[in-house]
Amino acid sequence: MSELPLTRNVRPDLSPTGIKAYEANGGYQGLRRAMAGLSPADCLQVVKDSKLRGRGGAGFPTGMKWSFVPMDNVSPGHKYLICNADEMEPGTFKDRLLLECDPHQLIEGMILAAYTIGADVAYIFIRAEYLKAARLLREAIEEAKAKHYLGRDILGSGYSLAMYVHASAGRYICGEETALISSLEGKRANPRAKPPFPQVSGLWGRPTIVNNVETLCNIPHIIERGPEWFGSLGLGEDAGTKLFGVSGRVSNPGCWEMPMGTTIREILEDKAGGMAAGYQLRGFLPGGGSTDFLVEEHLDLPMEYESIGKAGSRMGTGTMIVLDDQTCPVGFVKNLIEFFAQESCGFCTPCRDGLPWNAQVLDDIEQGRGKPEDLDTLEQHVGYIGAIGNTHCALAPGAMEPLQSALKYFREDFQRHIDDGACPYRGAH
Amino acid sequence: MSEQLHSLDATALHLSDAELAEIDAEIAHAPYRSAVAIDALKIVQSHRRWVSDESLEALAAYLEMPAAELEGIATFYNLIFRQPVGENVILVCNSVSCWIKGCEGIRAAISRQLGIEPGQTTADGRFTLLPITCLGACDKAPVMMVGEHKFEDVTVERIPAILEHGEGATPG
Ligand SMILES: Cc1cc2nc3c(=O)[nH]c(=O)nc-3n(C[C@H](O)[C@H](O)[C@H](O)COP(=O)(O)O)c2cc1C
Ligand code: SF4
Ligand code: FES
Repeated sequence: MSELPLTRNVRPDLSPTGIKAYEANGGYQGLRRAMAGLSPADCLQVVKDSKLRGRGGAGFPTGMKWSFVPMDNVSPGHKYLICNADEMEPGTFKDRLLLECDPHQLIEGMILAAYTIGADVAYIFIRAEYLKAARLLREAIEEAKAKHYLGRDILGSGYSLAMYVHASAGRYICGEETALISSLEGKRANPRAKPPFPQVSGLWGRPTIVNNVETLCNIPHIIERGPEWFGSLGLGEDAGTKLFGVSGRVSNPGCWEMPMGTTIREILEDKAGGMAAGYQLRGFLPGGGSTDFLVEEHLDLPMEYESIGKAGSRMGTGTMIVLDDQTCPVGFVKNLIEFFAQESCGFCTPCRDGLPWNAQVLDDIEQGRGKPEDLDTLEQHVGYIGAIGNTHCALAPGAMEPLQSALKYFREDFQRHIDDGACPYRGAH
Repeated sequence: MSEQLHSLDATALHLSDAELAEIDAEIAHAPYRSAVAIDALKIVQSHRRWVSDESLEALAAYLEMPAAELEGIATFYNLIFRQPVGENVILVCNSVSCWIKGCEGIRAAISRQLGIEPGQTTADGRFTLLPITCLGACDKAPVMMVGEHKFEDVTVERIPAILEHGEGATPG
């Protein structure tokens, strides 16, 4: 079996790994290595060469993102690193595992990332309900400070970094990186226009990098072991490992670290144990609530950015939501659209007004009040709202992904609701 | 500290010393006072369970920002309560994985037991019931929280024991 660096400290009982156990298992070696002789430019090169891509959903190359941060000292002042621990996308439960089981891995990754981009302040933006994780992180920050891994003059290198935990007050849009920055500034979490990109003008107008928890957790291993090693962890095109999760009616729902390029079938059948007794697979969202459905014919695809993209979906967060044969696809999509409608920040019209309209149409269909023209209305909305560029941020197009693919794969279910004037699945729950 | 207080609007005195100390600790590493608006709302709420009009105005004065702006921030976020809530806030996840696993039945069982609908508080002030989006524990659906405790793989049968003595909790 190949190496699984991200979860090596995750214990069967999911108890947190403290600083002693973390160090005993090779922790803070990446940081020691960097502080003893790697320049920020050296670290950047290593991360670029590793081909690490962001694990927050969009898959943007991490090294390239970091390289946009100005490294000259023409405009002196703060630079910021932010860890995005908002994890509010329905069906997503991977970052929680890393936060609760191995907080020092994230902190070490953040120190290395901050060092690389020259940031002197770092924030962990964590969703309101992750109380245990927030407490563990605050404790871990104090432990790291006591060991001179954090704070002034880290390990005698002359580099200093302050780190704070900011707990959110609850709103999905806070996960969008520019909305997150607005929220961290104490404002309503409305996304900002890009450009300027946060790398140049982010938190309080200063250069800022926002990275996902899982992305940052990879950094200590990459710095310590190097890009070739990291590349060798993946089975195909993509480097490294990934946390994959499965929820829904499967035998053994859960979250596991596996090599990039593991097939969907392996995740669903070997790890999740296949469908729960008495249920058949209809389809699944491969990477959280804002990704397009895939179906049985896609089971042998590797979980890689390219292959999932070619199949018409996105790897997203890598946490799958399974639709079974006794769950109504219309109800499934309605639940998601209602979530996105509720969580819309209200800034732009197609999202603020269009999503509730879709939710209403879906509710009508599900309640047996659907009209034959409703499917055209939904298709039209998918075209308008789903097009990147018609809305101020990616929330609304993301919301359309499960709907547009459900209309493609489960159209007969929508049609039957309208023809019968009732939900054929009623009573299944 | 005391010098600073003298220069502030008298409504700031509504806030307790403990609240002010926590808010000041946030202000200490912020570029300007209103930058800690969300932290400050959460601090006040952690002491008083909710944010009243009086608290909001006092806080706005203390943070040197318009009360209307702070109100706009407070009402934007799902977990800032601008109405009184009970001793224990029950959050029942209603997102997709929990919906598949029957969260509607869980919600109905809680409503039956406590005699309240979502958004309401029991007459004895013990519980407020609210829906919540995905709690990030979808493999253990259905999931709910009561105060700071999380309950996973919830069944209708477990509801009485959960509400009466928090049986089977895992820390949030
Ligand atoms: C509506 C919306 C919600 C998002 N929520 C999250 C989130 O909870 N966590 C996260 O890491 N990224 C989230 N993202 C993606 C972020 O905007 C950003 O791309 C990511 O944090 C960058 O990190 P990465 O490059 O390490 O992937 C969200 C994006 C959108 C449009
Ligand atoms: S798409 Fe929705 S969430 Fe994004 S800016 Fe527009 S209204 Fe806000
Ligand atoms: S859908 Fe309920 S915890 Fe994720």
